[in-house]
Formats: sequence, C-alpha cells, structure tokens
Amino acid sequence: MPTPTAHGRPDPETTTLARSRDGRPVADRGDTVCVIGAGASGLTAVKNLAEHGFGVDCYERETGVGGAWNWRHDRSPVYASTHLVSSRPFTQFPDFPMPDDWPDFPHHSQLLAYFERYADHFDLRRYVWFGTEVVRVEPAEDDRWDVTTRSTGGYGPERTSRYAAVLIANGHNWSPKLPRYEGLEQFRGEVMHASSYKDPAQLRGKRVLVVGAGNTGCDIAVEAAQQASRCWHSTRRGYWYAPKYVFGRPVDQVNDTLLALRVPLRVRQWFYHRTLRLTVGDLARFGLPKPDHRVYETHPIANSQLVYHVGHGTISPVPDVARFHPHSVELTDGRQIDPELVVFATGYLPRFEFLDAKILGDDEGVGRPRLWLNAFVPDHPTLAVAGLVQPDSGLFTLSHWQAVLFARLLRLRTTRPERAAAFAARVRSGAGERYSGPVKDSSRHWFEVGHADYLRALERALRDLEGK
Amino acid sequence: MSQHGAAGQRVRLVRDWEWARPVRPVRREVLSATPELEEGRPPLLFVPGFGHGAWAYAEHWLGHAAARGFGAHAVSLRGHGGSGPAPEATLRAYAHDVVQVAAGLPRRAVLVGHGAGALVVAHALARYPARAAVLVAPVLGGWATFGAAVRRNPLGTLPALFGGGLRLSRRQLFSRELPDADARRYAARLGRAARRAQWQLLAGADPEPAVGGPPVLVLGSPDDRVVPASVLTRAARRYGSAPLLFPGMGHDLMLDARWREPIDAILDWLVKEPTRDDRS
Repeated sequence: MPTPTAHGRPDPETTTLARSRDGRPVADRGDTVCVIGAGASGLTAVKNLAEHGFGVDCYERETGVGGAWNWRHDRSPVYASTHLVSSRPFTQFPDFPMPDDWPDFPHHSQLLAYFERYADHFDLRRYVWFGTEVVRVEPAEDDRWDVTTRSTGGYGPERTSRYAAVLIANGHNWSPKLPRYEGLEQFRGEVMHASSYKDPAQLRGKRVLVVGAGNTGCDIAVEAAQQASRCWHSTRRGYWYAPKYVFGRPVDQVNDTLLALRVPLRVRQWFYHRTLRLTVGDLARFGLPKPDHRVYETHPIANSQLVYHVGHGTISPVPDVARFHPHSVELTDGRQIDPELVVFATGYLPRFEFLDAKILGDDEGVGRPRLWLNAFVPDHPTLAVAGLVQPDSGLFTLSHWQAVLFARLLRLRTTRPERAAAFAARVRSGAGERYSGPVKDSSRHWFEVGHADYLRALERALRDLEGK
Repeated sequence: MSQHGAAGQRVRLVRDWEWARPVRPVRREVLSATPELEEGRPPLLFVPGFGHGAWAYAEHWLGHAAARGFGAHAVSLRGHGGSGPAPEATLRAYAHDVVQVAAGLPRRAVLVGHGAGALVVAHALARYPARAAVLVAPVLGGWATFGAAVRRNPLGTLPALFGGGLRLSRRQLFSRELPDADARRYAARLGRAARRAQWQLLAGADPEPAVGGPPVLVLGSPDDRVVPASVLTRAARRYGSAPLLFPGMGHDLMLDARWREPIDAILDWLVKEPTRDDRS
C-alpha cells in the first residue's frame, strides 16, 4: 500500500506516464483514493479512508473546508440566521462530538467552526487540494478512474490523475431547483431563489411572497414576518409544522425516545399527531391547509415560530401559485396578490457535471442517480457517492458510516475479493431501495431516508461485508 | 500491540439512547502542563480512576510528560476533584466527559486511563478514534475483580455493593517505599464515584470495539493489591499484547515512590510507536 505523499501531492518518482483514453498523460496515483469535495461528507470520507490506511487526494473548489456550511463559499445555501434543525446529538459525527455546552440547535457559524476543528484535530488539510475543481471523472481499466482537475479560477493547465477509487461528496444543496410558472418571465417584481438569500435586510419593507414549505422556506417566511411589510407564504399542500421543542426537549430527541423503545410507526404517528394537537393545535384554525398526509410521510419541518407569526397575522398562508402576471401573482384559489419580491425556497437538485450521468444510473439525466444505500454504484465497485441522503435527522453520521463502509469495501477488494464480489452483486440487486416509510412522491423526497432505517441497512451491509 | 481492540464485537451504528437522552453537560476540571517547545507530539489525556481526580496526575506525571515534549492534560470525571457534582453519574457519563475533553484538544489525543478510569477509557475509545490508548493497572470490572477486592479489603469493598463508597486502603494503593505522610495525604484526597457507576463496574456492558484501531498498551504492577496479575494479563490479551510490569509498586503507579518508571515507559512507547502513515 503506497503511503500518501507529503501534503497529498503526487510524488514524481512514483508517477508513471500512463495515457488516458484520448491520449492525455495521466499521473498514476497508485492505490490513492480521490475524494471530491471537502464539506461535511468529504471531510469524514478523507478521515475514514486515511484511518483505514489509504492515501487520499481530496479536491475542493473553494479555499476552505465546510462546503455548504461555509457561508463564504459561492455555493453555500446558508443565510445569516441559519440554525440546525436537528439537535446536536443527531448532527455531530459519531466519533467527534460537538461541545456539550453548545446550544441544542447550533448556529451555522458554530458548525463551520466544528468542521474546521475536525479538520485540524485529525490533520486532514494535508490531504486537500484547495481551489481545485474536478472537471471530469472517467472510468479507466481495472475499475480505476481518471480524474481531471484544474484550478477553480481557470488558471493553469488541466491535470489528469489515475485513482484506485473515487468518492463523490460534492453535496446536493447548491444547484437551485427552480419551478416553472406561466408568466414568470414577464413578472416585473424581483425574483430570487433561497440560495441567494443571505440576510433579512433583503426583505426589509417589501411585500414578499415565499414559495415552499421546506425548513428554509419556513425560516425565510418567519424572517419576512418580522422584516417585510407583508408576507405571503405559498405551499402546495398542508404540512405538519413541528415545534423545535416539546416537553422541554428537542423534538427529535423525544421522537427517538419512542424509536429506542421500539414503538411501532402507527403508534408513533398517533402520538405525534396527539402531541401536535396539544402543543400547536389545529392548524386549519390558523388558515393553514390541512395536511393531506400523516406525519413522517414528508420531510419533517421543525419551526416553532411559523404558526406563531401566522397567528399574529404577519404571515398570510396562501395556496400554490397558478401563474404570474407582470404586476401580480395569481394563486390557485383565484386570488391575486401583488408581491414586490418572490423568494423560491423550492429546494435543490444534485449535479454531477463532471461525470456521465449514465454511470450513476441516472439514464434520463434528471439528477436522480440509481444507487444502493444511496451511495454505491452498480457495476462500478470503486465509485461511491457520500451524503446523497435527505435524512429525518442530521446527515453527518450517515456520511461517516458510508465512508467507513466504502473504505472497508476497498480494503476487502485486495484481502478477500470473493466478499467484495458478493457485495457488488448486492449493490446491483438492491439499487434504488428506499429506507423510509411511505413518503410523498416528489423530487423533494428522492433521497429521503429514515435515519434509523438507513443506519440499520448500513449496519447490515457492514456485517455482511465482514462476514460477521 | 493490537490495533483492533476488543475483538469479535459488533460495531453499533444506531445509538438511539445516546441520541434520545444525551448526557447532560457539567463543569469539568482539566489540569494541563504544556511543553516549552511544540514538537508535534500527540497530546496526552490522563483519566483518573474512581475516587481520584486530575490532581493525582498533576503531582508528577503531567509535568514529567510536558518536560519530555508531550502536551499533558488530566480530567476529573464528573463528581470527582474539581468537576461539578454528579451523584447519579453512570459510566456513560464518565466516558462522555473523556470524549468531550479529548475532542476539545487541538489534535488527536492519546488516552491514558488508570484503575476504573481504564474502563472509562475503553468505553471512550468506542466514541473517539484516539491516537493510542494506555491502560494503567486497569480495573475493567466484572465479578472476578470484585472477588479479588473483597478478599483483600472486605470492609472497604462490600459497602459498595449496597450503594456505599468504595474505600481503598493506603496499603492497596501505595508501596511501602512511599513515605507514610505522602500516603496519608493522597488517601485523604480520595473521593468516591457515583453509586450507579460503581454497580456498572460489576455488571455493566462490555465496551464496544474501539474506533480507528488505536494501538493499546497495558501496564501495571504484579504487586498491585487491587488488580491481580492475572487480570492484567487478561486485559492485555484482550488488546492482543502482554502487560508491561513494574514490580514493587502499588495500585496508584502515578503517585507511588517510583512514579517515574511507568510514565517513562509510556512515553518511550509513544515515541517508538510508528505513526499511522508508517504502518499503512
């Protein structure tokens, strides 16, 4: 096993002059693994691969770690007031806890500090090439990969290196998903996606329409309630707005107490409905649409303030947008409203522009890869995607274990190839499996997983892999 | 020395109680000694056994480790030393304290646990990928350890069964080489662990496998009147090695007259222990 070279840079003495398919020179990086992105999932991948003895080259297009959680980054979706929606125990890496005197729901700046400390504590920066973006990832012989990179600024030549494996951790919350509406192009008001929303000052004194009831949409609606002269909040359907606290405890911790007690889903749903009825009350009374589904069937929204502001009349809940007119917006119930600013908090779609979409099984190119465990690629045992999950809790624990499983799989490919082959068969047969109860069929829930279901599936995969 | 820790156990990914009922924060006393010159060596985190506080390491080992170029820190488990009170603490809370302090250090730390603190370290290793671990005169629990303790010190041990404090005598803790005044002074500083944690020492669950495959060193004394030599051997075997022995010393190796020998052995081992990159 070659060791990582100093600071993760290719060692000229071990570099051979291989050629890529189209004849470009390729620097052979031996058994080194390439990780794309140094956000939460990329960092934990680097750490766990290095811990399993692999050399690692991590390419990060920005100049710092933290990915989406680094507000300085171009692609960061965080805004000034972003706080976690899952409480600390669910959010932190399983082997590197956040300080226990931090609040239950830390601020995004604390999260960035956490990632920077994680990188320093485990000495990860030496593996990361900052300011370098991945342009192409192409399969080479023997399940290896040619990765072409260049500086993010576009300076200098492209360079291609050959890796034993590639772990994609480029995040899925940076490429805005914009809805299409009739007449949107003619609309004279300001239109923005939530990805461009950074500060409440952008809303001050304006008539604002917020579209979308994800956690971001609800947060922005609450800020508009306090800053804007008028706020409409448009949702396609009714949702369950869970408060962040019930019984004085973070709501996810209460929920997991029931999970720990092995309470069945139906009973949990009943208990949840009951608790919401006691704490939040009947949402229809506030003018919010009645949810058309049971809790746990859409991605959970944790927001204590939305209903409060609806009750104060500072947020007007409205149905879906039907069409835009130059000076007004027509809603599906026929009403016309006249916002000056429309904020689309309509989510994001993953993008892998450096890779042929078919490799990930996304044959239609819509941005929905067909993977096993949302991570492993059929017919490409040395390629995986980390963090492509939308859990009902924090993501980082899931990414951590994905990276551990990938590292152990790579190790087994040399020590026990028959077990690695059995795993490959499992990847092929299980591609596309879901790890949650029934959820609404929308792109918002493409990657939805129940954290306990998903981790149990990963745990089984780890045990099968190692024959325990 | 093994890189695998307790073998044959399964990694657990779903930690529902950890998530649903996180350990409450508490004020934690951490005593530190830092080297004059930063030599890039991993920081050490010393974990005292039941009844002891960070002071036990501050007497000799912290300063000595710092003089040899290691950043050295000792934590008082909750309810001990200068840390906040915690009468209902469990082993999980103690392990939480260790992991919190370790994760707060600037770099991946070496965990050094003494006595029952070694069991706390073994639990912490399942939560934190330590650079290495050292178990000094480890009390890893179980009825065999209890049996040995009852035979040697029935009056100090039996009350612990019924929620009383575990009291170890001066003769168990120190060799006769230690001046009597010192022995009395140290014994007077001893406190007690929480009841539930004491019971867990008898009948608690085994630690989960260590994450990150840290190398583990076990050391102790064949003349320790708390941990029999057979227990030392068993503990070392669990981590795939043999114990390093220091004859003529009592249980509290960090306070005994010849305290310098074991800490020098630990530091020598850490200096010699190949780095992760070299091993791969």
